[in-house]
Amino acid sequence: MSTEKEKPDYLDVTGGWLHKLRDWIDARFPMSKLWNEQVAQYYAPKNFNFWYFFGSIALLILVNQIVTGIFLAMNYQPSAGGAFASVQYIMRDVNWGWLIRYMHSVGSSLFFVVVYLHMFRSVIYGSYKKPRELLWILGMLIYMALMAEAFMGYLMPWGQMSYWGAQVITSLFGVIPGIGNSLETWIRGDYAVSGITLNRFFALHIVAVPLAIVGLVLFHLIALHEVGSNNPDGVEIKKHKGPDGIPLDGIPFHPYYTIKDIVGVTVFLALFAAIVFFSPGLHGLFLEPTNFEPANPLKTPTDIHPLWYFGPYYAILRSIPDKPLGVMAFVSSIFLLFLLPWIDRNPVKSIRYRGVLYRLLVGVFALTFIVLGYISMQKATIFWAEIGQRIQELYFLFFVFSWVYTRPRSRIFLAGTFVVVMAVITVFDWLGWDPAIAQLKMLTWLIPGVYCAIFLLLPTYFGKLLMPKPVPERVRFK
Amino acid sequence: MSEEIDTSKRHFLTVATVVVGSVGVVMAAVPFVSSMQPSARAKAMGGPVDIDVSKIEPGGLVKAKWRLKPIWVVQRSAAALAELPKNAPLLRDPDSDEPQQPSYAKNEWRAIKPELFVVVPICTHLGCIPLYRPEAGDPSIGPTWPGGFHCPCHGSLYDLAGRVFKNVPAPLNLPVPLYFYVNDKVVRIGENPKGSHSTYLTPLTW
Repeated sequence: MSTEKEKPDYLDVTGGWLHKLRDWIDARFPMSKLWNEQVAQYYAPKNFNFWYFFGSIALLILVNQIVTGIFLAMNYQPSAGGAFASVQYIMRDVNWGWLIRYMHSVGSSLFFVVVYLHMFRSVIYGSYKKPRELLWILGMLIYMALMAEAFMGYLMPWGQMSYWGAQVITSLFGVIPGIGNSLETWIRGDYAVSGITLNRFFALHIVAVPLAIVGLVLFHLIALHEVGSNNPDGVEIKKHKGPDGIPLDGIPFHPYYTIKDIVGVTVFLALFAAIVFFSPGLHGLFLEPTNFEPANPLKTPTDIHPLWYFGPYYAILRSIPDKPLGVMAFVSSIFLLFLLPWIDRNPVKSIRYRGVLYRLLVGVFALTFIVLGYISMQKATIFWAEIGQRIQELYFLFFVFSWVYTRPRSRIFLAGTFVVVMAVITVFDWLGWDPAIAQLKMLTWLIPGVYCAIFLLLPTYFGKLLMPKPVPERVRFK
Repeated sequence: MSEEIDTSKRHFLTVATVVVGSVGVVMAAVPFVSSMQPSARAKAMGGPVDIDVSKIEPGGLVKAKWRLKPIWVVQRSAAALAELPKNAPLLRDPDSDEPQQPSYAKNEWRAIKPELFVVVPICTHLGCIPLYRPEAGDPSIGPTWPGGFHCPCHGSLYDLAGRVFKNVPAPLNLPVPLYFYVNDKVVRIGENPKGSHSTYLTPLTW
């Protein structure tokens, strides 16, 4: 039926010379084999949408960070005396230095925007569920490495925020019983954060962690190609293959998704350029005013907070007035994400087919994350600490409710969970009771109270809210 | 429904995209490549240097630095100047034909004013800084030595106008930098005299 026109062979340009070169290489290195297996004949679901751009964009940003980082390292001086001045030298005296610096700083913030959107995609489509648990874990490890990389990178300009942020975060290690203090000193290499810390963070930031990230990304892609991509319908396309073994709902990655990704990259680059050229500091969000002051180990700024992408975890950390407990909450808020594939084991993957309440839960979780980020930017007052505690409770409750919604639950189960959860929250309130804010505490108790009522009590009356929709056998375009 | 693929249109679109994309890549590469050129600070530190030459005695030597290279200003006596033309048969390039000096120094003294010789004392063999041996017949070199510069690394010899001898490893005369007299007392290295049309910026070999 389709006319059998020969596909244009782009390698035919120079009368077979390139063919010969390709064959010579293929006899010694699996170039064509890799290209075919991983790209040209790798079948991905045909219904990828907007949420599927972010993986390739993240890879692009990684390349940007590495290239701009290399050129920055040509002029940067990792010493306490020289660092700040060397950044100014790059900004003012090095040809196009300002552009390279802004591409690096804006790139690092956008890296997190893209990675968070990428992770959110996995949450809404259940891409962490079996058989993609390891893929999710590798992704989480990349996320950890990225956070370490950004943290160390932020020390480089040696501004006030750089210095004090590093001082605060390295002091967290001191809470570990027994070895804490020695560990803290060992990480810093000195009795407080100093030029010694800067130099070693530099070495880790430009060599060790980037190598780790590149390796992890490679593993991440290998794991992905082993199981195949998930898709917005959460349907496994490998279940329905044609007589030639190709999934019926699959299309080859090249050219369909290579071209589509180029479009995504173009849009992203336009946004990136707009920020880099018109507002690289993004009104204090990407480049903080406090950091334009050189580091002063004897003077702490009135407001310390990390950059926006660490915000939610920082809000969790400092909203708990007890140091070890605060660190534990901080650590577990990240650690729980690793365990998501085992917390949410509902067989329906995509939110498109899950109950109304679960979809609301996911939306509120995203909001919770954003609100926590906002809280981290506010002054560290008791009011914000209290609000931070409550919103934090909502954050952790996402994991509890995800687990609850794994299976259809009886009314008793739901009501019982409600009682247990509210009891635990009330006990924590009582343990940390401060009569000065009694009214505030009782009022804000309603935040988790209403939240639990919606997600646990409401479905006891309206069971429909939890019911999933029937999952299609084949992929659908929405 | 016809499933004919317009391959020529496809070909055109592919080629057009690749071309535009390549232009983008080249444009993106420009700032990075350019950032490796000397920065504004490096260029500022490489600006012209002024040397006070009013107090040099005949036979004396004043040292300075320009663009991280040594600059020597030698005061040559009238007698030494008179001897210079006699060296010609011993020299590789007695008329300074090779581009190792600006046009205003392409003369028998290789200088603007004959008494003051401004030179970059970097041996044109492998880059050592030679020794200043102005005394004719200096015993460390030999009785026929007319005076000049001797490189201890591999034995290259230059006369008091920096011209290289034959049969030594160095191929070229010692380079003369851009310079001019701001006034009688001050020489400025690194700038051509006003009105000079010299396009000389660097010699063939430093």
